[in-house]
Amino acid sequence: MADPMKIRATLQGDVADVRVLMAHPMETGQRKQGGQAVPLHFIQSITAQLNGKTVFSADISQAISRNPVFAFKVKGAKAGDKIVITWKDNKGETRTDETTVRAGS
Amino acid sequence: MQQTRRSVMKAGGALGLLAVLGSTLLKPGRALAAWNKGAFEAKSAIDAMKALGMSNAEDSKDIVIRAPDIAENGAVVPIDVTSNIPGTTSISVFIEKNPFPYTGTFDFSQGAVPFVHLRAKLGESTPVRVVVAAGGKFYTAAKEVKVTIGGCGG
Amino acid sequence: MRQALVLGFVAAFAAGPWLQAVAQTEDPVAADFDKFRAVLEQDNPAELWEVKGEQLWKTPRGPKNASLEKCDLGLGPGVVKGAYAQMPRYFADVDRVMDAEARIVHCMITLQGFTYAELAKAPFSNATRTPDPVSIVTYVAAQSAGMKLAAPQNHAKEKATYAAGKEIFFYRAGTFDFSCASCHGVDGQRIRTQPLPNFTKPEQAIRSVQGWPGYRMTGGVMHTLQWRLNDCYRQQRFPEPGYASDTLSALLTYLTVNSNGQVYKGPGIKR
Repeated sequence: MADPMKIRATLQGDVADVRVLMAHPMETGQRKQGGQAVPLHFIQSITAQLNGKTVFSADISQAISRNPVFAFKVKGAKAGDKIVITWKDNKGETRTDETTVRAGS
Repeated sequence: MQQTRRSVMKAGGALGLLAVLGSTLLKPGRALAAWNKGAFEAKSAIDAMKALGMSNAEDSKDIVIRAPDIAENGAVVPIDVTSNIPGTTSISVFIEKNPFPYTGTFDFSQGAVPFVHLRAKLGESTPVRVVVAAGGKFYTAAKEVKVTIGGCGG
Repeated sequence: MRQALVLGFVAAFAAGPWLQAVAQTEDPVAADFDKFRAVLEQDNPAELWEVKGEQLWKTPRGPKNASLEKCDLGLGPGVVKGAYAQMPRYFADVDRVMDAEARIVHCMITLQGFTYAELAKAPFSNATRTPDPVSIVTYVAAQSAGMKLAAPQNHAKEKATYAAGKEIFFYRAGTFDFSCASCHGVDGQRIRTQPLPNFTKPEQAIRSVQGWPGYRMTGGVMHTLQWRLNDCYRQQRFPEPGYASDTLSALLTYLTVNSNGQVYKGPGIKR
C-alpha cells in the first residue's frame, strides 16, 4: 500500500488553501535502473472533496514530478470542514487521505 | 515574460472548419470522462490540443503563468497557473518539448478557484503552454522555461 | 625558476577550467534559484521521510527489539527537540565528538543491536530505497527547524575536533590536488550554475549545513550530510571517507561551528 499523503488546508477568508504532497515514484518508463528501464508507474487521476462533495479533480501524466505536490483553493470552506483527496495510478492502485480545514493565522 | 502564440490554425479550409465545429460541439468543462490516452500519448502539443478539441484557442493575457525563467533542475519545476478569465472551468498544461507534451487538465467546474500549483519534469528548455476552458471557448498563453539539467532520465 | 613556473602552471591548470569567478554580490541566476527553491520547500517531499523517521525512532526494532526513545542526542535520553542544532558535540559515553548521523548510528548499534557493518554497507539513498538512518536523521533534524545552530565548543575534545576539521578542510590530496578549500575556501567561485560558497566565512558557511538533510531533486532521493561530504570527496578524486567516521564528524564540526548563531531551517530541497 502506498505511503500516506500529507495534506494541509488553511482558511483564508472563506477560501481553503489546500496543499497536498503525495508519495509516488511517477516513473516515466524512461529511467534505467540496473540496465533495465523501470516501467511506467504514475498517478493518473486525482479528486478532492469538501465535506463529501467533489470540488476539484485532475487528470495528469507521468511528466508530473516524483512525489507530486499540488496546491489548489476551494471556495466556501469553513474551519472544521473535511477535505478528502484520492489518487489513482495506472496500475489501478489508489490512496485516499483526509484532513480538516484549519483557520489561518 | 509570456510569449504571444502564433496561431495554431494551419492553412486548409476544411480542416479549419472542422476545428471550429469541434470546439463548439465539445463541452470544455470536465472534458475528460476517462484518462485521455490519445491526448496523453500525443507527441506534440498541437496534436494533444487537437485530441482535446482545443485547437481553436485564442491568445489571452488573462492567464498568469508563474515559473522560473531558468529551472535549477528540470526534474522538479514549480508552475503556478491562475486564470482570470471569467467562467474558467479547466486549465490544461502542455510542456511543448517534452516527449509527451500533454501534462494534465485541472478541473474547476465544481467549486475550486481557477488556480493550481504543480511541479513538472521538463526534459529541456521549453515553452510551458496553458489552455484555459471558459464559457465554452478556449484561451491560451505560454511561458518559456530554460532548463540546464534535463528532468526525464533520472 | 623553471620549477616555480611549472608548479605555477600546474596549480593554475588544476583550478582553472572548473572554477569560474563571478561577482560576489550579484548572481541573479543563483538568486532566482534560491527564490524558487523556497517555493518548493513550502511543501517538501522530505516531510515524507520525517514521518518515516519518527516511526523508526519510536518503534521497537533490531535484535534487541528496542526503540530509539532512550537515545541521548546530547540533551538527555530521548530529547529530540533542538538536538540536531547542537551537534556535532562531545559524548562522554564514547569519549569523542559525534555528528548527528554518527550518533544515531551509535544508538542503533547500542540500543537496538544493529551492527556497524550492516548500516555502513549501503548507507546512501537510491530511487527505491532510503536507509533507516537517513529517515531518522531527517526526523531528528526537523525537530530543530527554526533554531539557531549552536554546536558546542566547551569541552577540550570539541575544540580539538574543530581544529582537526579545519586541517582536514585545507588538506590537499588526490589526483587533482584539491582540498575542500579549493572550491569552498575562496569568495565568488562557481561550477556551472552552482555558486560555491566560502565556508571559511560564517555568513557563507551556513550554506554548508542549511537545507541538509535534503530532498535532492536529482533522482528524488533523501540525502544527509554524510552523503554530501562523501560526494564531495568523490568529486575531488579522494579515497572514500568512512561512513559516520571521525573524519566526517570533525569536518562537520568545523562547518557547523563556523555557522553557529545562524538559524537552521530544517530539511530542505537540493538540486
